[in-house]
Amino acid sequence: MRESKQLFRVLMPMVLAAAAAGCGGGDSGGGGAPAASEGAAAPAAMPFDVATAGNVSGMVMFEGTAPAPAAIDMASEATCAAKHTSPPTTEDFKVAGGHLGDVFIYVRSGPTDGMTFPVPAEAAVIDQSGCQYVPHVTGVQVGQTLTFRNSDGVLHNVSASPTVNRPFNIGQPGAVRETNRTLTSPEIMVPLRCQVHGWMNSFVGVTANPYQAVSSEGGTFDLRNLPPGQYVVEAWHSRLGTQQQTVTVTTGQTAQITFTFTQAMIASAVVPMGAPLDPHDHGPVAMGTGSTGEHVHGAAAAAGS
Amino acid sequence: MMRRLEAAVVAFPAGLLGRTALAACAGISMLATLAHPARAQDGERGKLVYEQWCSQCHGLQGDGTGPAAQRMLTRPRDFTRGLFQIRTTAGGEIPTDEDILHVINVGMPGTTMPAWEALLPEGDRQALVAYVKSFYPPFATLPAPVPLTLSSGGRASDDRIAEGRLFYDSIQCWQCHGQAGRGDGPGAAELDDEWGNPIRAADLTQSWMFNGGSTADDIYRRLRTGLDGTPMPSFSDLLNAGFMTDDQLWSLSHYVRSLSPADPPQVQEVIQVERAARFVEVPRLASDERWDEVEAFYVPLVGQIITGDRAFDPAVTSVWVQGIHDGTELAIRVTWSDRSKSPDPTWQQLWQPRVLAALEPKGLGREPGARPDRLSIQFPAVIPEGMDRPYFLMGDSDTPVNLWQWRSDQTRPQRATGRGVNDITTTGPGILTSDAQWVNGQWQVVFRRDFEPNNAETELRFELGRPVPMAFFVWDGDSGEDGTRGAISTWYFLNLEEETPVSTYIAPFLAFLITGALGLLAITRARRRDRESAIGGTPAAATAASTS
Repeated sequence: MRESKQLFRVLMPMVLAAAAAGCGGGDSGGGGAPAASEGAAAPAAMPFDVATAGNVSGMVMFEGTAPAPAAIDMASEATCAAKHTSPPTTEDFKVAGGHLGDVFIYVRSGPTDGMTFPVPAEAAVIDQSGCQYVPHVTGVQVGQTLTFRNSDGVLHNVSASPTVNRPFNIGQPGAVRETNRTLTSPEIMVPLRCQVHGWMNSFVGVTANPYQAVSSEGGTFDLRNLPPGQYVVEAWHSRLGTQQQTVTVTTGQTAQITFTFTQAMIASAVVPMGAPLDPHDHGPVAMGTGSTGEHVHGAAAAAGS
Repeated sequence: MMRRLEAAVVAFPAGLLGRTALAACAGISMLATLAHPARAQDGERGKLVYEQWCSQCHGLQGDGTGPAAQRMLTRPRDFTRGLFQIRTTAGGEIPTDEDILHVINVGMPGTTMPAWEALLPEGDRQALVAYVKSFYPPFATLPAPVPLTLSSGGRASDDRIAEGRLFYDSIQCWQCHGQAGRGDGPGAAELDDEWGNPIRAADLTQSWMFNGGSTADDIYRRLRTGLDGTPMPSFSDLLNAGFMTDDQLWSLSHYVRSLSPADPPQVQEVIQVERAARFVEVPRLASDERWDEVEAFYVPLVGQIITGDRAFDPAVTSVWVQGIHDGTELAIRVTWSDRSKSPDPTWQQLWQPRVLAALEPKGLGREPGARPDRLSIQFPAVIPEGMDRPYFLMGDSDTPVNLWQWRSDQTRPQRATGRGVNDITTTGPGILTSDAQWVNGQWQVVFRRDFEPNNAETELRFELGRPVPMAFFVWDGDSGEDGTRGAISTWYFLNLEEETPVSTYIAPFLAFLITGALGLLAITRARRRDRESAIGGTPAAATAASTS
């Protein structure tokens, strides 16, 4: 019963996509730049009628006092220590004026499930600078090039520990400026670290579609050009776990949502790591704003609301 | 071939049903088991062999948590994540069946993984490969792994080794492996594996301990593939990026190989102590260059696991022993790799608590703290007649032992009498002296003492040509070792070479001189007799003739 309904939800957009592709004609190749609609890299290959698209825009809030960042002792790597004008610190909580940065926001489920989206031609870049990863949290689409840049001129290794994707551990001496990898399956999240500098860590979210963002220092994020319909949007934070919101996207409109994390959540947070992202395989996704984590950790999800 | 076909057939409906790869794989293995009784049998055999021989370390579920696992710092591998160290495939790729079989066959030097080739029939080892793979279901659906195309490296030469060193520096291998390759780099104290367990950077001066083999070929492969699950990355990208050529990567491999002896060290039961050149003192300092000329004897160590707080995975696994004497005085130098000069604040903070938390036995009131490195050399109190020796673990109440103790936080050594590990009495340095230096991950400690002891009743007196039993104990303080938690050796013999070496060299020369002198004398006498009989010579002429 449920499966047939889902099958319909999966197939319907495909039919639409085929139709759209027929109209648009041709492959997008280098992701050209007709200025018709902003945000979409290759509108011609989008699997739905982009004229029907709407947006989601939002804010991530933090209530309470975030733990003070810990100082990082970079004495063992003078080159990096010298790059920091103020003493370097851990980056777990990027809180400013009640706004929370470095939260990964993505479409957990919705009309886009099963659609195939063009892969962005542009690489997502993670810079190793001052012996820290910039940005601290990154989103990529399946198949999109992920570039590791070494701006430090010292040896780094980039060790990724996914569970769905295959892992990698790249040795990147200072003279090797860029190294590329691609991830082949959706996964929330893939932790990265450098074992030469034990304090360096970072997280990459891998999604099947382009509807993902990382909240800015001001806590804002935008998901643009979504097919209309009802979505479950999830917010993931490396220490606070996840929250979900149900949102309805309407053609030409921008729906607003707000996630609120609190200091109290730190103690009991369940942080999904290396979890497959396939809403069809794990039964119904919890709706509303409850915390999740049941995909990975069974039913032991923390309370939090 | 057959296997791939199955994967394709089952993957298709799996995709239709919207199942994940993981779920599909479970299905595949079930279907495969039903459809192929032969393979089901294989699987059963593999399970049987695995549970009998492998599960104690690797766990019944293949997750590396068998009952013995917590006694190993290089933890037994968890197979459930499909991460394998020793492969011919690219970094992050699954290994080939041959790769897995290879490790089962030859084991992993430097770890507790033994070589099974001589212990299990081939069929069992093959069955193990299949069973080990079953712990990571994606093996069934991932594309068949393709080994990297690896070049062959040619011969090592001084030029290539020098070039390799340049890359050792520019890649910054020393960040973990240290300037001299002893695993003591600035980042080494903080290393952990994929499962969060502390892990030691390889000591590149001990190639016989390399997990994946000791040859330059083995090293080159590790550089290309990385050691998945450990901090050691793959450096294949350096070739793609044009940072270095394949040939230069080979030079680096040759350089790393050159840090170890050409052949793995052989254990000899008798440690020979050379006699110093005449009228020259035995070396006082650990850094004395004369030590470079003296043969070094390899002594392997194992953890003390007999009594008290046991050391199942000690930090120090061997020492090298040298000796020089001058007929009245003896100097012994002991050299070993130690990643830190304990107590080192960095290691004490970043390494020691993790080791103590990871390694059984835990507790026993053992808190992280400032512990020194320590060395004890053990002798019997008297040279035994025949082969009877005191109990090797610091003697017992009937047969005490002498201990020469050194520790890194004190400048003077201690003499001690041991009547068992819990009954050790120190008596101050007496005439025993020591000198020590720690350079680039290596301790060199010299003990020096007259043959005659302070107290002839309780202490050993050395004699030329009479082998003395000798044993060693080493503790790495920053790994939390002290007391009964340390590395030990069995008994060896120390033999002070007699004076023969000197006389052996001088005797032929003396014989030559004497023969020459006698010859001259005979000739002179004969001449004098001739002259005396003819003219009547003078004594002065005779003297002149004999000295010319």
